[in-house]
Amino acid sequence: MTPAIELAGVSRLFGAVRALDDVSLAIAGGEFFALLGPSGSGKTTCLRLIAGFDQPTTGRVMLHGEDVTGVPPFQRSVNTVFQDYALFPHMSVVENVAYGPMVRGVGADERRRLALEVLELVQLAALADRAPSQLSGGQKQRVALARALVNRPQVLLLDEPLGALDLRLREEMQIELKAIQQRLGITFVYVTHDQGEALSMADRVAVFRDGRIEQVDTPRELYVRPRTAFVARFVGSANVIEGALARRLTGSDRVFAIRPEMIEVRGSDEPVPGGMLSCEGTLEEVHYHGATSRWHVRVGEAVLTAVRAEAAAAAVIPAHGARLRLAWARESLVPLEER
Amino acid sequence: MPALRAAAAFLHGRRGFYLALLLLPPLLWLGIIYLGSLFALLAQSFYAIDEFTARIVPEFTLATYRQLFSQPANLDIILRTVAMAVAVTAAAAVIAFPVANYMARYATPRMKALFYVGVMLPMWTSYLVKVYAWRLVLAKQGIFSWFLDVFGLTPVLDGALATPVIGGPSLASSYIGMFIVFVYMWLPFMILPLAAALERVPGSLVQASADLGARPGQTFRHVVLPLALPGLAAGSIFTFSLTLGDYIIPSVVGAPGYFIGMMVYQQQGTAGNLPLAAAFSVVPIVLIAVYLALARRMGAFDAL
Amino acid sequence: MPSRRMRAAWDRATLGQKIAAFAGLAFLHLPVWVIFLYAFTTEDRTYQFPPPGLTLKWFEVAFARADIWAALKLSLAVASVATAIALLLGTLAAFALARSRFRGRELITLLFVLPIALPGIVTGIALLAAFKMGGIQPGFWTIVVGHATFCIVIVHNNVIARLRRIPPSWVEASMDLGADGLQTFRHVLLPQIATALLAGGMLAFALSFDEIIVTLFTAGHERTLPIWFFNELFRPRERPITNVVAVTVVLITLVPILLAYRLTRPNDTRG
Repeated sequence: MTPAIELAGVSRLFGAVRALDDVSLAIAGGEFFALLGPSGSGKTTCLRLIAGFDQPTTGRVMLHGEDVTGVPPFQRSVNTVFQDYALFPHMSVVENVAYGPMVRGVGADERRRLALEVLELVQLAALADRAPSQLSGGQKQRVALARALVNRPQVLLLDEPLGALDLRLREEMQIELKAIQQRLGITFVYVTHDQGEALSMADRVAVFRDGRIEQVDTPRELYVRPRTAFVARFVGSANVIEGALARRLTGSDRVFAIRPEMIEVRGSDEPVPGGMLSCEGTLEEVHYHGATSRWHVRVGEAVLTAVRAEAAAAAVIPAHGARLRLAWARESLVPLEER
Repeated sequence: MPALRAAAAFLHGRRGFYLALLLLPPLLWLGIIYLGSLFALLAQSFYAIDEFTARIVPEFTLATYRQLFSQPANLDIILRTVAMAVAVTAAAAVIAFPVANYMARYATPRMKALFYVGVMLPMWTSYLVKVYAWRLVLAKQGIFSWFLDVFGLTPVLDGALATPVIGGPSLASSYIGMFIVFVYMWLPFMILPLAAALERVPGSLVQASADLGARPGQTFRHVVLPLALPGLAAGSIFTFSLTLGDYIIPSVVGAPGYFIGMMVYQQQGTAGNLPLAAAFSVVPIVLIAVYLALARRMGAFDAL
Repeated sequence: MPSRRMRAAWDRATLGQKIAAFAGLAFLHLPVWVIFLYAFTTEDRTYQFPPPGLTLKWFEVAFARADIWAALKLSLAVASVATAIALLLGTLAAFALARSRFRGRELITLLFVLPIALPGIVTGIALLAAFKMGGIQPGFWTIVVGHATFCIVIVHNNVIARLRRIPPSWVEASMDLGADGLQTFRHVLLPQIATALLAGGMLAFALSFDEIIVTLFTAGHERTLPIWFFNELFRPRERPITNVVAVTVVLITLVPILLAYRLTRPNDTRG
């Protein structure tokens, strides 16, 4: 099947800065696809190339198998939800939503009907004749979404759409966005720097770093089998084991990642079951997080972090400087590619 | 309109072409008419007038500039104009500061709006009418003398008018009167950039200074004033440049001594010596260029 | 709503500061009001103050003067044409320069401030020199050319300031929804810059209507209202009529300027 979106060897240079560096990517139709990375990693540039706001320096952008490199945004069948919503302040809510049909020449009555239909979908039909300035942040966000959906795009691009909302509203909207995507069955490309958001919503995630894609995978694969130290640390948190410690534990020169929750903390004299790797260290700090606590243990040069569920934790936390034994199953050590 | 849409798509991909299309007409206007005229002016200043036929000889010569700088009367004019511009700039700064400071830092929002309108209105009021109004105010039997008379201050005025050089038979025909009019005319051009600069001084800085033990006077000297300097520089560019180039005020109010602007106007008009007028007008351009270079160092352009 | 800031006692304006501020403001206003008073004085030879009596007859006299009407008509015509040219060229330039980055941009920006950065007399004498060299007879169109040159700058400054306040995402959103450049201009940008255009146009009009420094060089034998006024300044016999014209000029320029001020106040734009 032809992918809905395909980037082939795309680079974008701003002067000497490589915002995108030879990126290739294929997104299937109907997929909820997240572009995840820290700011300046190239994820937004990537989105803007798909939307047509910007053109690649080299490489091609294809939509549904058709090469759209150089095609202006108003001739592409994708629509965008902007980070700042970009609602037109001189138009009412319904006029904003009806903007797409209007510029396509749809009559006044018909485009109002279309707009109200989509506003119904985002539960804002009641506010249709308000001015955008009279809406709350969450409501503006919904209008922006409705406006982008009214043209029935095959692909919806979302640029950190929930970034300006507070935590509770953000979580509500995550659920709603996912529901809308599944109901309409259209492709979502979702830019975010929030790994939790990407993991909970996306079918697949591309992790960006310095203009390159580090890894494209399902959230589960990304978490369980991060390919690089960057991905391991950016998606969730991870201990990276390398150098002398790695050699002592595995006998190899490779670099490994291990999730803190995979590490068991035992007394230094407790026995370790067969098949488990272990090392000894001294307790440096314990950070309390409510349901869990994080234990930072120094092992030689490295400091490893272990997470313990509070319910399972010993009632008495050992004093700082106490000798502890860290242990984990051999298979929870994930070998990483070196870069 | 598929053709228009096709054109829009065409232009979208060719940003440089689109920009050029937008820029071309205004650039042609300013480039040809304005810059062209400035070059014509420069060219004229390097021509000279034939003493006998009184016609312009279109050949390159430095004779006109030699005439400009060799005659003591001309140097006097330049000196007099520059001295007036400096005095006006200094006085405008002194009067503008309390106004700008109050409106930017202390006034309530409503009072602030009132001050802004109050400064902008006289600024935009007809230039000639203002000059004329001052002639009425400063005339021998005008408001100013009446006002002084009411308070019994007439001897003070007479004393000031008796001062050599800056005095004269009445305020309307003395350098003092001219100075007052100049300061009045350009004062808003000093207040507005100054207020803009002062408004950008965060209140927290003043609080931090006070918190660290500075008295209000010290805070003003060490925190507010340095941050307002770009605004002061920006305002002074206006007052300086406007005074240098003006020829209406010196001819309506003031003493008989000539100013650069009057020389430019008179030389091209009654005297019919366009080359000398052109050479005279190059003087303020050079002076302003020097002043701008100095002001730029003080960051004046950030406050414009 | 900006809440009234609470100020500590040490950080309030002292009485002296307040007096200085209000005195400065009064200084700016009093002379203008004098004109209004003198337009009604019965005394027609001196500037005697206070006026011995008040009358409306000078308005009648001025109203019947054909030369004043001719000058007024010329000034309005010049201001209209110069404003129209400035609106077109100033807006084009603002659109080209608002967000673009290219080599030589700084130089072009400098060119767009020069006509108001240099004193008017330079513009005037330069245009005159060019007209003389080109063998162009001064008249209506040379006045218009001179005025349009600095009016372009006024419009350009007004429009570019507004354009820079428009987030780039609005244009992108419009194009994203299927609007091409022209549609985006018509439906998104034009409504946003409309008040700036209007304000810039009115300031340009007021500036042109009142211009004297450049005009004296470029007018030839034409007489705009400011030139008429300038000549009157040296002819004391007609003083009362001059007063009446002064009041009229102030009122004609005041209206567009007050409107322009209202239109450009930032809190007037929704969003």
